[in-house]
Amino acid sequence: MTDLARSGPARTDPGGAASGRTGAAGRRPPRPHWLLLLPALALIGVVLLLPLAQSFLRSVGAPDLTDEHYRSLFTDGVTMRVLLRTAKTALLVTVIAFALGYPYAYVMTRVGPRMRAVLLVIVLVPFWTSVMARNFAWILILQRGGPVDQFFGLFGLDVVLYGTVTGVAIAMSQVLLPFMVLPLFSALSGIDRRLLLAARGLGSSPVVAFWKIYWPLSRAGVTAGLILVFTLSLGFYVTPALLGTPQESLIAQLLAQRTTQLLDFQGAGALGVLVLAVTLALVVWANRIGGTVSAIGVVATTGTKEQR
Amino acid sequence: MTTTTRAAELDRLDPEARPAAPRRRRRDRGVDAVPWWLRLVVAVVALYFVLPTLFVIPMSFSSSTTFSFPPEGFSLDLYRNFFTDPVWLTSLRNSVFVAAVAATLATVVGTAAAVGLHHLTGRLAGLARTVLMISLVTPGIVVAVVVYISFLKWHLVGSFAGYVLAHAALGTPFVLVSVTSALSGFDPKLLRASASLGASPLRTFARVTMPLISRGIVTGAVFAFVTSFDEVVIALFLRSPTFQTLPVQMFNSVTFEVDPTIAATSSLVVTVVTVVCLLPLLLGSRGKKRQEP
Repeated sequence: MTDLARSGPARTDPGGAASGRTGAAGRRPPRPHWLLLLPALALIGVVLLLPLAQSFLRSVGAPDLTDEHYRSLFTDGVTMRVLLRTAKTALLVTVIAFALGYPYAYVMTRVGPRMRAVLLVIVLVPFWTSVMARNFAWILILQRGGPVDQFFGLFGLDVVLYGTVTGVAIAMSQVLLPFMVLPLFSALSGIDRRLLLAARGLGSSPVVAFWKIYWPLSRAGVTAGLILVFTLSLGFYVTPALLGTPQESLIAQLLAQRTTQLLDFQGAGALGVLVLAVTLALVVWANRIGGTVSAIGVVATTGTKEQR
Repeated sequence: MTTTTRAAELDRLDPEARPAAPRRRRRDRGVDAVPWWLRLVVAVVALYFVLPTLFVIPMSFSSSTTFSFPPEGFSLDLYRNFFTDPVWLTSLRNSVFVAAVAATLATVVGTAAAVGLHHLTGRLAGLARTVLMISLVTPGIVVAVVVYISFLKWHLVGSFAGYVLAHAALGTPFVLVSVTSALSGFDPKLLRASASLGASPLRTFARVTMPLISRGIVTGAVFAFVTSFDEVVIALFLRSPTFQTLPVQMFNSVTFEVDPTIAATSSLVVTVVTVVCLLPLLLGSRGKKRQEP
């Protein structure tokens, strides 16, 4: 498999030449271009798709088919409770990200190009700050006696967010905000602001003009952002493991526990397939609504465009 | 307020119906300004993005042996720990090696796939692209669990090869995206020109295609490297007592050991990665400025 992958550059070249020939001889997809895909497909296939398929087969008890592992997910009493808690946390994260992301994306469409570039770089900061450094920083901030606790102590309140679902949600929102801001920014920058000026000119108040004109036009981007953030927060492992408590574990921790501690590979496979199915369904839905095929990939592309 | 007046109003606001310059000036002057409270909200959100991570920097100069904040005293003990403790140093070395090999692998296969997909159209090509991008939308924990279970059987858990394969698979989509975006501005006539001048396909790729898409390749490679260097979830599953990466050691230092050396490590990692990520941005804008006049 590694050999296959290594032969990549050698195969690149017949492709380059063939394209020259195709250009002259009319558009028929020639073979060499498919060969170029092979190393990547082999890598992804062996490392991701094969294990996924194996886990799926194990979860249905192949070769004799059974649905007991899936049925026990709904009946064991734990999984559904954790799933509900995960959904609630994801909802909280989504609400925070939306409340902060919408005004941010709006202002990004309104400022000059230089300021917009600065705001874009700031959005991308959570992407390149190391996961562990970021989570460690949140532990410092939210712990007992930390800055947040001290701040609320001034008002005589005892607020320790470390070890609570709220603390986990705050830390998760920070890293998921870009996935809200980027689709929103692309949706909001497509809105014709003259419509708002027209509404104002016709005597509407700013609030009514926003609600009747701007908001409906931005709804596709909003839905895409909401679904994306909700979906991504379902799969978070490190943040709840470090900032939350085992008593209030989320679905990712349950999955990890079933795999490494209980060695219940069939049960873990079933749970993994369930999480994956929910995630992919939501992503497909978001794509259909927002048209942002892979808003996650946008991050990489934005980086490239910025550099050009 | 009838629809006709509304349409008339819209017509009047249309830029083609009026000279453009006065209208723009009017818009800039306050009629449609960003209100101050929105600017405040944006400033707060910007701080929320940037500020938390900066807390690790003062912490890294603490002389205390706990995580208590604000830090007590001032010392370089944590940095000394990091650069003398073999556990931290080995983890760092492992991380750099894994990330370098994984990024190379991801860049080679990802670039080849992007070049191939650039010439292919149709449903099958779309499907292939989706398959290659799937790791972007698959929850990290699901990938980690299924990879762990399968790698356990293939004896890849806790091995260099296991880490490299898993991280290369994660990095490939980033290379694919950035090289694809670089190729979108590539003129295919150049390939024909090069071939007609007698260059072999290999030479054409090395002398024509590569230089033109090199920025995309480098960006993809940097992304793949950082993705691998920073990856925790799969790394936590693949770790073994004999082989672990830096993020895993950082995880241990928070959960099992309560070792504040992580503050020094975090500061170093954040600083280095920020410099690596911002450098091309700064160089790029300077290059642009030079070109403009």
